[in-house]
Amino acid sequence: MLEIKNLHVKLEEEDKAILKGLDLTVEAGKVHAIMGPNGSGKSTLSYVLSGKDGYEVTDGSAELLGEDLLELEPEERAAAGLFLAFQYPVEIPGVGNMTFLRTAVNAQRKARGEEELSAADFLKIIRAKAKSLKIDADMLKRPVNTGFSGGEKKRNEILQMAMLEPKMCILDETDSGLDVDAMKLVAEGVNALRDEGRGFLVITHYQRLLDHIKPDVVHILADGKIVKTGGPELALEVENNGYADILAEVA
Amino acid sequence: MALPQVKQSALEARLEGLSLPQTGAWLGMAQSDALTRLNAMGLPAPRDEYWRFTNPTSLTAPVPTPAALFSPQDEAPMFDALDRLKLVFVDGVFDADASDEIALEGLEIERLAEAGQADIHWAKDIYGKLEERGQDPVQRPLATLNTAFATDGVLIRATGKVSKPVQLVYLHQDENSDAILHHVIRVEEGAELTILENGPAAARFNKVMEVDVADRAEFHHVRTQGRDHERRAATHIFARLGAESLFKSFTMTANGVMTRNEVVIELTGDNANAHVAGACMGDGDFHHDDTVFITHDAVNCESRQVFKKVLRNGATGVFQGKILVQPGAQKTDGYQISQSLLLDENAQFLAKPELEIYADDVACSHGSTSGAIDETALFYLQSRGIPHAEATDLLTLAFLAEAIEEISSEEIADDIRDRLEAWLLRRRG
Repeated sequence: MLEIKNLHVKLEEEDKAILKGLDLTVEAGKVHAIMGPNGSGKSTLSYVLSGKDGYEVTDGSAELLGEDLLELEPEERAAAGLFLAFQYPVEIPGVGNMTFLRTAVNAQRKARGEEELSAADFLKIIRAKAKSLKIDADMLKRPVNTGFSGGEKKRNEILQMAMLEPKMCILDETDSGLDVDAMKLVAEGVNALRDEGRGFLVITHYQRLLDHIKPDVVHILADGKIVKTGGPELALEVENNGYADILAEVA
Repeated sequence: MALPQVKQSALEARLEGLSLPQTGAWLGMAQSDALTRLNAMGLPAPRDEYWRFTNPTSLTAPVPTPAALFSPQDEAPMFDALDRLKLVFVDGVFDADASDEIALEGLEIERLAEAGQADIHWAKDIYGKLEERGQDPVQRPLATLNTAFATDGVLIRATGKVSKPVQLVYLHQDENSDAILHHVIRVEEGAELTILENGPAAARFNKVMEVDVADRAEFHHVRTQGRDHERRAATHIFARLGAESLFKSFTMTANGVMTRNEVVIELTGDNANAHVAGACMGDGDFHHDDTVFITHDAVNCESRQVFKKVLRNGATGVFQGKILVQPGAQKTDGYQISQSLLLDENAQFLAKPELEIYADDVACSHGSTSGAIDETALFYLQSRGIPHAEATDLLTLAFLAEAIEEISSEEIADDIRDRLEAWLLRRRG
C-alpha cells in the first residue's frame, strides 16, 4: 500500500534535516503505529506525504500503490487515496462544512473519472455517517471547524475520512486534545473504517490511543529514522519505561 | 471664494454639451439651484483630498471614453429568477415597452420628467435636498451635476409593505452613451421596499438615488455592477433615516475600469439602523472606490459598514469610510470594516477609515486589513482533494461571505452567491 524508502527531508527555510533515511511499508488491511519523542519527525512525515509546502525531499521515495506520491500535488495525492487527519484541523470561516465536504467528495470522484454525487445522495450518505460520529446537523451547517471544540474538530476529521473513503489513512496525533470519551468515539469511527483494502498509519505520543485502535505493527521514530519495529507490546514498553531505554538500546 | 481657474474651465467644458435646466416647475427650480451650487464648487480634480486615491478625470471629462458593448450571452440576466417588478433603462432612458406594468399595492412610480412638471409633488422636498445636505462637510460635485442635469429617473413612493422588489435594469447599447439618472425614493412610515439594480447603464454613468426612509420604515437595496468592463460609473446614494427605520444597501461589483460608489447616510431619528456593504472582485485595470459617510444625529442608532475586495493582476481597490457622531448622538453603535484579499503582488488596496465623535457615550469600532490567501487553509482544502484553483475560489467566496450576509433576503443573497460562483468558475476557465 504505502512504501517509503530511505526518505530524507529537510526544512526548506532552515536547511535543517528532519527525516534521515526513513523506511516504512504499510500493507493493505494493516494498522501501523508510529511513536516517538518530540522532534523526532512524526508530523514532518505526515506533511511530506500529504504534500505540504516548506519541505524538501533530498533523497528517497514514497509510493502509494505504486504511484510516486512526491511528484503529485496535494489534491492529486488525495484523489490517489491518501488522507491525513490533521493534528490541528484548520478553521475556515465562511465555508460551510457541508459545502466543503461535498466539494471534496465530488472533486475526488471527478479526478478519478467517476460520476459526481447528487445533492440528495450526498445528503443521505453524510447524515448516516455523521450520526454514528455524533455529529449533529448544526455542526454540518457551521463553517469548517470554526468554533468547534477539540473533540468536534477531530470527529469532523474522521467524518471527512469516512466520506472520502481513502485507501491510506494517516492519523497525526489524533488523540491530542481529546478527553477519554471523545477519544473512544474517534477510535470507534476509525475502527469502523478498518478493512482489508485500507491501510492506516497512526502517529501518536501515547499508548492510550492504541488501546482503542489496536495496531498490528508499532514503530519507534527517533531522529528522523525508524529505530525499532515490533508488535503492540512495543507501545506498552514505551508507556511503562519511556523512550530513553529504547533509544539507549539502539544507540 | 472664487473657483480656481483650472476648475472653472474644466466645469465649463463639461457643461458645454449639456442642456441647461428648464426653470418654471419645481424640478426646473431644483435643477437651476443645483447648477448655481455646482458653479460655486466646480468639478473634482485629481489633487482634491477626497479624490486622492481615485482619479476623477474620466468621470468629469467633457465627453465619455467609449466603452465596448458587452453581451453576456452565457448567463441569465441578473435577478431573473426572482419575482419582481422590472423597470428598464437603455443608456439612461426609460424604456416603457421593456418594463413591467406598474401595478403593485402600496407602490407609486412616476418618471422624473413628467412628475417634475406638476404643481405640487412629494418629491419636491427630497429631490436635490438630500443631495445638498450631503455636501457638508465634504463636497460631492458629481452628485450636484447630476441633480442639475438629470434627464430621466424614477420617483418611487412606497406607502405599505411592497410585496415584491422593484428592479432597475440598466442596459448599455451605445458605445458612447453618457447617462445621468436621478431617482427619488420615499418609504412612508411603516412601509417596506426593496430595490434591486443591475447592469452597466452606459459608457459613462452618473447616478444619484435619494432615499427618504420615514419612521419605522424599511428600505433594502441590492445592486450588482457586472461584467461590462469598460464602463465608468460614479454613483451616489443619499439617505435620511427616521426613527426606528432600517436602511440596508449591498453592492457586488465585478469588472469595471472605473467605479466610484458614494453612500451618504444621515441617521436623524432615534433607534435607526443603517447597513452598507460591498463585495467586489477586481482583475487587471479594474478600479473600484467605495466612499461612505455616515452621520449619527440621533440617540441609540446603529450603523455598519462591511466592505470586502478581492483584487489581483493590477487591480486597485479604495475604501474611504467615515462615521461622524454628532453631539448628543449618545448610545451610538458604529462598526466599520474594510478588508482586501490580494491574490498576487500586483494588486493594491487603499483605505482611509475615519471616526469623528462628539458624544461621550458611544461604541465605535473600525478595522482595515489586507492580506494574501491563507496558505494553511488552502493546503487543508487541497489535502481533501480540492484542486488549487477551486480551493482558492472557495476561500475567495468565504472572504466575501461576511458582506453578502448583510443582505436580509436569503433568496436574494443566494442569487448573489450563485452569480459570484458562476463568475469565479468562468474566470477559472
